[in-house]
Amino acid sequence: MIIKKAQAGSLESSDCLVTVEPADAYSMSYSGQNEAIFKRRTERIALEVAERLSASARVSIQDQGAIEVTLRARIETAFERAMGDGGVRV
Amino acid sequence: MKMIKNSLARLVPEEIPGVGKFEPYVSPFAYLDRKLTSPAIKSRPIHPQAPRHDKVTSDIKRAIERSGLESGMTISFHHHLRGGDAVIPLILRALSDMGFKNLTLAPSSLPDSHDFVADYIRSGLVTRLFSSGARGEVGRAISNGEIEIPVVLRSHGGRARAIEQGDIAIDVAFLGAPACDKYGNMTGSAGRAACGSLGYAQLDARYARHVIAVTDNIMDYPLRPRISIPQYLVDQVLLVDSIGEASKIATGAVKISRNPVDLKTARNAFDLLKASGLMTNGCSFQVGAGGASLAVAAFVKDYMKENKIKGSFGLGGMSGYMIEMLEEGYFEAMLDVQSFDKSVTDSMTRNPNHIEIDVSCYANPFNKGCAAHNLDMVILAALEIDTDFNVNVQTGHDGVLRGAIGGHPDTAAGAKCAVIVAPSFRGGVPTIKERVTTVCTPGETIGAFVTERGVCINPRREDLIRRARDAKLPVKDIRELKAEIEALTGVPDKPMADESRVVAVVENRDGTLLDSVYKVV
Repeated sequence: MIIKKAQAGSLESSDCLVTVEPADAYSMSYSGQNEAIFKRRTERIALEVAERLSASARVSIQDQGAIEVTLRARIETAFERAMGDGGVRV
Repeated sequence: MKMIKNSLARLVPEEIPGVGKFEPYVSPFAYLDRKLTSPAIKSRPIHPQAPRHDKVTSDIKRAIERSGLESGMTISFHHHLRGGDAVIPLILRALSDMGFKNLTLAPSSLPDSHDFVADYIRSGLVTRLFSSGARGEVGRAISNGEIEIPVVLRSHGGRARAIEQGDIAIDVAFLGAPACDKYGNMTGSAGRAACGSLGYAQLDARYARHVIAVTDNIMDYPLRPRISIPQYLVDQVLLVDSIGEASKIATGAVKISRNPVDLKTARNAFDLLKASGLMTNGCSFQVGAGGASLAVAAFVKDYMKENKIKGSFGLGGMSGYMIEMLEEGYFEAMLDVQSFDKSVTDSMTRNPNHIEIDVSCYANPFNKGCAAHNLDMVILAALEIDTDFNVNVQTGHDGVLRGAIGGHPDTAAGAKCAVIVAPSFRGGVPTIKERVTTVCTPGETIGAFVTERGVCINPRREDLIRRARDAKLPVKDIRELKAEIEALTGVPDKPMADESRVVAVVENRDGTLLDSVYKVV
């Protein structure tokens, strides 16, 4: 259960900033220099994490050129933080 | 536009309306078996002159009128003044004010800073563009479909061929001259806007119907001690306030990268050169000025010093580092078509073995022999490379034009061993693709691709594979390396493009078409 707005990551180059907020339905927005080639990959990973946690949330990602392993770590951490103290580890 | 598949399975047009017919690319040296006819040899146009004829004017409009330029004709410029160039903006503004339309702009390349050219494309002053590349706003405008007739992109050697064969017929060449006398003798090695070699301009001066030297520095006649373009090729001398901003022309010496990824890549590339057996007395070498490339030169120099090896010549765009190698005696000569930084500029007057060569001598495959064909080793960069070793130096991962071809395909084809150096990924985007967005240099001409993660040798080069294995280099299959990198970065999608709309074509150095660039969506 997403109980608060939380972030993970940064706007440094080769990183990304992931924001997760409570919402009635899942939604996701992605922006950054790699939009033309990594939009689908990013959407897939964010949805995968949200479904695993059964969390409906508004996810937004500003990508500064993060590789996939970084992206995944930032998304998971943002969800973990947004689920508060009672949240499950992902 | 009727499209045909070339030998690289790339669709290319058979004809570009308003430009002409094209053959599809076959292989790097297919031109040797093709039946080619020379253009008829015509004598040079005559220009009878009275003694002491006055060539100098400071009236730009009058100079243009006297050149006989009309709408629809072809104009050329050189890009030796780099980001500091003030000649192209000055002349294009005057042409626009005078009401010219439908010009073909055929510069040797466009400097990074020349975003304003996009406005002249939109205004209809320029309706055809032939260049070595397109960057910034110009690249974006072309990629967005803002120029109707597809742009023809050529390598330096390919442009020289096109000019000599008549595919590009220059009506008026406006050639920035950092030092010029009243009769049009000019050089790039002196003056406030000194830029070094005038290798690209030398060819335009020989083939343009009308040549205007654009200068801010008229020197005592005769120009001395060197003349890059002689007076008998120059119709007019146009005196202007400034041909460029010195600080942006004579940039500081290009420094060797300190980025550990670049240095590791350079080390791997150097190890491969060592293993190749080509680094011996009398060897020849070309290296770019960017990232890992120049770092390879540093390793090469140390090796030559340690093993008392003396090379024959260095070639190409010259950076200060190459001149240092000349002055310290590691090479007999440097053949310079284009100087990259300030430290090179006055070297030609100081060093008799720092030799200015024109671009046809540098890389034209259709003259009687170019220096690129005498190269042993060349180190080149890449935006993308694919599993067939085709290299893209022209379009970004989003499909937008953002680079320039330069001498990349010429030296790759000419050298015994062409090594591509690049980081395995940049900004989260892997460098190795299944198919590059745009083929600029065909994979058949590439020896190896080297990153910080190892060395991928072209399977066509069994000799090199054997030598690299014997030297115990970290040799990897390019497909395996691609998978290894994608495990970190993720697998990118192909960028969306409107494949019904060709915005540019990439011409191989022999005039055949390598690839098409499409409108981005």
